[in-house]
Amino acid sequence: MKGYTYSIGSCSYQFKDLADVMAKASSAKSGDYLAGLAAESDEQRVAAQMVLANIPLKRFIEEPLISPENDSVSRLLLDEHDCDGFKSVENDTVGDFRNRLLSYEMTSSTLATLAGGLLPEMVAAVSKLMRNQDLILVASKCQVVTKFRNTLGLPNRVSIRLQPNHPTDDAKGIGASILDGLMYGCGDAVIGINPATDNVESVKRLLSSIDELIQRFNIPTQSCVLAHVTTQLKAMEQGAPVDILFQSIAGTESANKSFGIDLELLEEAQQAALSLNRGTVGNHVMYFETGQGSCLSANAHHGIDQQTLEARAYGVARKFNPFLVNSVVGFIGPEYLYDGKQITRAGLEDHFCGKLLGLPMGCDVCYTNHAEADQDDMDNLLTLLGVAGCNFFMGVPGADDIMLNYQSTSFHDAHYLRQVLNKKPAPEFELWLKDMHIMGNDNLLLPVTGSHPLLMAK
Amino acid sequence: MTKKDVTEQDAWHDLKCFTFARIALGRAGGSLRTNDWLDFKLAHAKARDAVHEAFNSEALLDDLRCDGQEGLVLESQIKDKANYLRWPDLGRCLDASSKDKLKKYAQTVDLVIVVSDGLSARAVHMHSRKLLAILMPKLEQAGWSIAPIVIVRFARVAVEDEIGSVIGAKLALMLIGERPGLGSADSLGAYLVCDPKVGNTDADRNCVSNIRPVGLTYEAAAETLFYLLSMAKMRNVSGVILKDDRIQTKAALELK
Repeated sequence: MKGYTYSIGSCSYQFKDLADVMAKASSAKSGDYLAGLAAESDEQRVAAQMVLANIPLKRFIEEPLISPENDSVSRLLLDEHDCDGFKSVENDTVGDFRNRLLSYEMTSSTLATLAGGLLPEMVAAVSKLMRNQDLILVASKCQVVTKFRNTLGLPNRVSIRLQPNHPTDDAKGIGASILDGLMYGCGDAVIGINPATDNVESVKRLLSSIDELIQRFNIPTQSCVLAHVTTQLKAMEQGAPVDILFQSIAGTESANKSFGIDLELLEEAQQAALSLNRGTVGNHVMYFETGQGSCLSANAHHGIDQQTLEARAYGVARKFNPFLVNSVVGFIGPEYLYDGKQITRAGLEDHFCGKLLGLPMGCDVCYTNHAEADQDDMDNLLTLLGVAGCNFFMGVPGADDIMLNYQSTSFHDAHYLRQVLNKKPAPEFELWLKDMHIMGNDNLLLPVTGSHPLLMAK
Repeated sequence: MTKKDVTEQDAWHDLKCFTFARIALGRAGGSLRTNDWLDFKLAHAKARDAVHEAFNSEALLDDLRCDGQEGLVLESQIKDKANYLRWPDLGRCLDASSKDKLKKYAQTVDLVIVVSDGLSARAVHMHSRKLLAILMPKLEQAGWSIAPIVIVRFARVAVEDEIGSVIGAKLALMLIGERPGLGSADSLGAYLVCDPKVGNTDADRNCVSNIRPVGLTYEAAAETLFYLLSMAKMRNVSGVILKDDRIQTKAALELK
């Protein structure tokens, strides 16, 4: 491994290897300080970025940050790397690559062609040289469309995962929150419940109850119960109506092991979900969640900064052709992302990296009560990501998740975003909302009386 | 001139009886109405205050002794809340004098129970004693050998591994204040692990969360924990391969 040096005036900055340059070039985050990897001064951070700007993209192929001998994720990333796709940028440095991405020539279709030729580490590297507006502009040019019972990711559309969690998985409580969300035009990305207890019987029961609702009202959407993938597979074996399979994933083999998964298990899960053939307009069947800091949290970071590891998690996701990928950006807490500024930066980086790699990125714009953040920070990030073309956000009643104990974005927030950016729900879902007299032709919410068919169902 | 109400009510107000989620809020245009927005801000202020509440570990020890339980108070390597929030690794380790003190309690037992303030001292103050008052008799009746209860200030979940291995317990159970939600500044979490040792991961643990009267009740939590602990002891496993496979009562889960 070769070291790097950069001089600014009389000060010479030394970086011991590529991983060190990457970590020191990263925007300041508490998690990288916790891992002992972050830049020690602002000037050192910029010195690292200046070094990084001159490093050829190729070096990430020649010098893997984590050796493929020690890590199955590294093997996957290199095996899947599309060398032909890489050709158009193979002589770029990271700095050149930033310029190229910002150029008028880089369109939605060229970006889509390029995606397979990029390693997550290249994408992470260029993001470290970008200011927030660059992350927004380039991401807004990427278009990633996925399909199951509706179509997500189309231009001028934004979708919402309806997240109706309840602390005891009480079905009536969950049902009430689902209804509330549908009445505010939410639920087109997925109706997805985080169960309080990872239990096969309860997963089966919850899946059946949403399925019944979807069928009864012919709602063009899909369901998911976000238990561990092994629990969902057990429920599936026992006949549960599984639409989309969920799993949390991370960017190293050992972090995934701490989640109780490996690549073979994900492959098996995808095949099992495909075999049910429940999609009507497409067959993207996987839903992944990620978040900066998860590898460090599992003590499995290999000396790599948390943003680069996050991009590697997207490399894992890409293998399984997901319907949804969601960076749960502020959930992990202040030891990884300390405040509103760090959460905002991380959210924009994650969305950019995922989109550039060709993934249907969404974001759980969120924070916990022990972080230095509040709803104003969420409004800012939601708006920025809306402009960046993020595929979907969370919809939680009143932004208050009463099971997971954190604040996300609300059904009201979703409607705010659709108003201010003139965006609509997924087309199939939009038609349903209009048929059901929930949303008018002006895309605003209609007044609803107690005799509405959905309310008669309760 | 009389004022006209420019806001919309939601017609499904009656569904509020099924959940304390913030449903049927109504809207001003499509946005939160003033009162609901201020209610939200108040709840956030309360949760922030709960995070910073001090833990009265000695009072908890006295209470447990009143209930006939032996116990001791130890310290993690963290001494204040600001550092607790930034350095979780130091919250996973006992300080040197605590480790020495704990070594005197080394013995072969089935279980050690650890209690810590975590992110809500309020949760531990309000619920840990009451939960243990139901759980301990179940375990004692079933013939479990249990070490004195270890109370640790400023600890993280994984401290149960160090404590369990120093003591020599087959299983460790951690009761810890969960991070406060808006309507739940007092939620207690329980994490059990078989074969506690430094290096165990989250996949090795089973979690029962949201223990409090309006969430998972003491009785229900004690029953679940007793089941999981018994299965873990019998099968010598914990974590993702140990599932709570009890059939739930139909009534509790039916949508309608």
